[in-house]
Amino acid sequence: MARAQTLPEEPVRAARRAPVLAFVRRYPVAGLAALILGLIVLAALLAPVLWTVDPKALAPTQRMRMPSAAHWFGTDQFGRDVWSRVVYGAQVSLIVALAVATISVIAGTLIAVVSTYIRWLDGLVMRIMDGLMAIPGILLAIALVSLSGASRLTVIMAITIPEIPRVVRLVRSVVLSVREEPYVEAAISVGTPLPQLLWRHVLPNCVPPLIVQATYIAASAMLTEAILSFLGAGTPPEFPSWGNMMAEGRTFFPIAPRIVLIPGVALALTILAVNVLGDALRDRLDPKLAKRTGGLR
Amino acid sequence: MDLTRRDMMAGAAAAGAAAGLPGGALAQAKPSVLRVVPHANLQILDPIFTTIYISRNHGYMVYDTLFALDDQLQPRPQMVDTWEVSPDRLRYTFRLRDGLAWHDGSPVTAEDCTASLVRWSRRDPMGQRLFAIVDKLEAQDAKTFVMTLKQPYGIVLETLGKISSNVPFMMPKRIAETPADQQIQDTTGSGPFMFKRDEWQPGNKAVWVKNPNYKPRAEPVSSAAGGKIPKVDRVEWYTMDPNTAMNALIAGEVDYWEQVTPDLVPIVKQAQGVKVENLDPIGNMGWGRFNHLVAPSNNPLIRHAAMKAVNQEDYLRTAIGDPELYRVCKSIFPTGTPLYNEAGVDMVTQNQADARALLKQAGYNGEEFAILQPTDHPVLNPFTLVTAEALRKVGFNVKLVAMDWSTLGQRRTSREPVSNGGWNMFHTWWIGGDVINPLTGVGFAAAGEKGWPGWHTDPRTEELRAEFAAAATPEEAKKVAAAFQARTYEIGSYINLGQFFVPVGYRENVRGMIPSPVQFFWNMAVA
Amino acid sequence: MLLLVLRRVLATVPVMAVVALVVFLMIRLTPGDPAAVLAGDNATLDQIQRIRANLGLDEPLWHQFAAWVGQLARGDLGTSIFTQLPVTTLIGQRVEPTLMLALTTMVFSILVAVPLGVLAAWKAGTWIDRLIMVVAVVAFSFPVFVLGYLLVYQFGISLRWLPTQGYRSPFADPWGFVRHMTLPALALSSIYIALITRITRASVLEVLGEDYIRTARAKGQTEAKVLFRHALGNAAVPIVTIVGIGVALLIGGAVVTETVFNIPGLGRLVVDAILRRDYPIIQGLILVFSLVYILINLLIDIAYTALDPRIRY
Repeated sequence: MARAQTLPEEPVRAARRAPVLAFVRRYPVAGLAALILGLIVLAALLAPVLWTVDPKALAPTQRMRMPSAAHWFGTDQFGRDVWSRVVYGAQVSLIVALAVATISVIAGTLIAVVSTYIRWLDGLVMRIMDGLMAIPGILLAIALVSLSGASRLTVIMAITIPEIPRVVRLVRSVVLSVREEPYVEAAISVGTPLPQLLWRHVLPNCVPPLIVQATYIAASAMLTEAILSFLGAGTPPEFPSWGNMMAEGRTFFPIAPRIVLIPGVALALTILAVNVLGDALRDRLDPKLAKRTGGLR
Repeated sequence: MDLTRRDMMAGAAAAGAAAGLPGGALAQAKPSVLRVVPHANLQILDPIFTTIYISRNHGYMVYDTLFALDDQLQPRPQMVDTWEVSPDRLRYTFRLRDGLAWHDGSPVTAEDCTASLVRWSRRDPMGQRLFAIVDKLEAQDAKTFVMTLKQPYGIVLETLGKISSNVPFMMPKRIAETPADQQIQDTTGSGPFMFKRDEWQPGNKAVWVKNPNYKPRAEPVSSAAGGKIPKVDRVEWYTMDPNTAMNALIAGEVDYWEQVTPDLVPIVKQAQGVKVENLDPIGNMGWGRFNHLVAPSNNPLIRHAAMKAVNQEDYLRTAIGDPELYRVCKSIFPTGTPLYNEAGVDMVTQNQADARALLKQAGYNGEEFAILQPTDHPVLNPFTLVTAEALRKVGFNVKLVAMDWSTLGQRRTSREPVSNGGWNMFHTWWIGGDVINPLTGVGFAAAGEKGWPGWHTDPRTEELRAEFAAAATPEEAKKVAAAFQARTYEIGSYINLGQFFVPVGYRENVRGMIPSPVQFFWNMAVA
Repeated sequence: MLLLVLRRVLATVPVMAVVALVVFLMIRLTPGDPAAVLAGDNATLDQIQRIRANLGLDEPLWHQFAAWVGQLARGDLGTSIFTQLPVTTLIGQRVEPTLMLALTTMVFSILVAVPLGVLAAWKAGTWIDRLIMVVAVVAFSFPVFVLGYLLVYQFGISLRWLPTQGYRSPFADPWGFVRHMTLPALALSSIYIALITRITRASVLEVLGEDYIRTARAKGQTEAKVLFRHALGNAAVPIVTIVGIGVALLIGGAVVTETVFNIPGLGRLVVDAILRRDYPIIQGLILVFSLVYILINLLIDIAYTALDPRIRY
């Protein structure tokens, strides 16, 4: 009886699981990337219990120690435990990546949708977007951070703002093409209210390319955060991020390359995982884009 | 836009000829060149307008001074040949040496010197103090000028021979007549080197050439005093970040690195053909400066709690590391200078129990204590981290406000409360020469809201400074200085973070470095 | 065609106006005071305030903006607050190294990446293809400065083959130029090699599926000819596009690369200026960078029409 009940469930569960399984089977590298990314996220979340000490604790007598049982990755120039700092550093990189991707996608989508449906606004908004896009993103970000003071929020905003125009352009192109589709024209002609039109017909079409775009934004946000830290305009260095660990440690590169290389590899690995995942998602969700750009943006 | 583009083209062509590191290999009659990485980027050419040290170092290249301090920090004549003080100590007559000339060939006159002193006195706090009692300053003839005082003043020559910013450099009258709040444009001086304006690329390179007509004094060189003999044809400064500078020095692409970042000392020491040496006998003094206007640091008990919470050696160990390059120094005057003393030093000896008790007594209730953190500064950033940790341990609610060093220079001028962008503490340092007596240190003055950031007001401090200025004998001066130190600690002016030295790094073929708190380039040669 | 160019050039005017406004407001509405930096560490508040007034920083914002726009209209980018040198002179001093770095990087990237991309497309699905793609993603994921330091350590310090820093002009010292430019260009090109390899591979793959390639192959043309004449020729448009996008990335990368290798270029000039609050330099340089970006994209649009007769405006 029990057996009879459980049996038919098997195929159902398999079927429900199938998209993920099929995805992993089709893109084994992406599966690996997802696994790595999952582990990094988990490490960031569980940082306090992963045999870490206070990542900010200075120990003047313990400067630049080699890796040992007490300090798995050794200590840095102020005697702080590198293992703890790398683990906690994951939090900053991931928060920055997630926040930048989310905010830029939401803000960009809103701006694009609103401006494509309010005609008089369109020209103005697009000129502003062109202007923002013409300013090299990294310079805009450095200027914003160093001029308005280093905090995590300013760094996130500074990386987000240059990303917005790209999202706007992407969404705008989707919206404009969707508007020409017969079923949307039909919906317009029967007088579907605008919000409903956008929600039902326009936004769903934007989601796949946006998910793909978001992964690339996330990857480049982590990189930009590291570059900003390197140039002295990153997140406040009191709390470790991979970027500011590298920036602070670079002076010691010739004697203790691990101080730079450990966070560097962690960063590269995470970005790599996100990029690989993004590629696979794009192949799956947006084959046209894949063809057009050959991968990276 | 046309004009712009043409300008850019012209500039590009010029840059093409001059860009990059020395093209020494190309020159036919090879001039001797000293290639230097200075401690900062030279941006401002007017050492009276700004107190920035790098502009002062440029000043010493192109300008000369009336008096100069020797290696015992005693004033010696430099441009002055002879001088006389009247028996009532009110009239000083100075006569210039023969053969002094500006870079353009015209002779140096007494009028040039009086004009230069006036401009300098508008900017420099010590100059302001001296000129407050100057009755008359006038040229008597082409080479003689007279300074008449309203009352006797103990340190006239020390003031005229001031070694660090702002140094009373002598300039031609036409330049010295520029208002003190405006930068001068013309770099004509009478010093041992001449500035090559056409080769100046701010942020990258600055060049001086030997002044062939410079008449050095006959005495041997001794810190800023003695014969300043330019021994190389060109001095070239290249601005680079510490890591790049280290690599360039090790690879022999530059000859001299003015300030080896403390952390890099061990690496540079190990390199082939390179030496690291401390040339500065007095070094630098670290300061953790309190804001006396804003809560909670406006409460003296809270300041004393912070002073008791920290251990000086922790700062030095963390920021400097190498014990040869730091000295625990509880005096406000650097070890090895005449006024060093131990009055009131128990105030700056760590005792965490006392610190907690003081906090309690002050009624401290976990109010935010904001410390400005200059994240790009190799010494001040660790200083800040050490303070933050020590204060947290005794119960302070520390908030670190991260920024770059130049932003800090601006933020610390804010007198707003902490909730409104204000601050309670920042860290800085003075070169030892700046704090050798109660008058030289700008931060020593209790000038209140008009003074240096931190703004402490204390009539007693000012009385002691006046007593020091008027002291007739060195013994009396020492006594006043000790009382001044005790008072400085008593009011909790700042936390003394100790004495540290920043060594120079050089290729083995460089000769003739001058031990001094300030970097000079005369007497130096490349073998 | 001429009309098209003219129209596009005119269209850049409002964009530049937006850039100017954004840059001006961003700088003036954020805290930071050049007067404090100018006066130096020992300066008292009194002195700082007098300098502020002298620089005209106390005047109302709209007044400062109007003055700046007036200057721009006369082709004058202003004068550095610190060095008192005209911004155009400072740019003139620094433009060559940045231009050379960008050109070397671009040329090097294209020379390496296009053949790699074609190879990957030709061997699509094999281990060669995968290897090239993996290397491309890894290169794209590694921060430029980490790569830069690795190169310096290996080739500058350990092996002593190449200088660690600095710049030589190719007009004065060609061999010195090559030696000084190798490491920076290598570090900076990692991103572009990754980018261009991938786009080349994708474009060539797409074209390889087309009928006329099959026809060409059927006619017995050599594989090399098929790949490089037909496939690559038709894949030129997307490759040019990515080069255009690359220019924006290149400017960011140059800032970092110039710092690592101590190249006296525009990137370091602008970063230094930002840290010091030298407003005229920041404003002027961001404006110039934006103009360059817009002009290059304009050139690329024009190149499209030349490369692909199907595109018409």
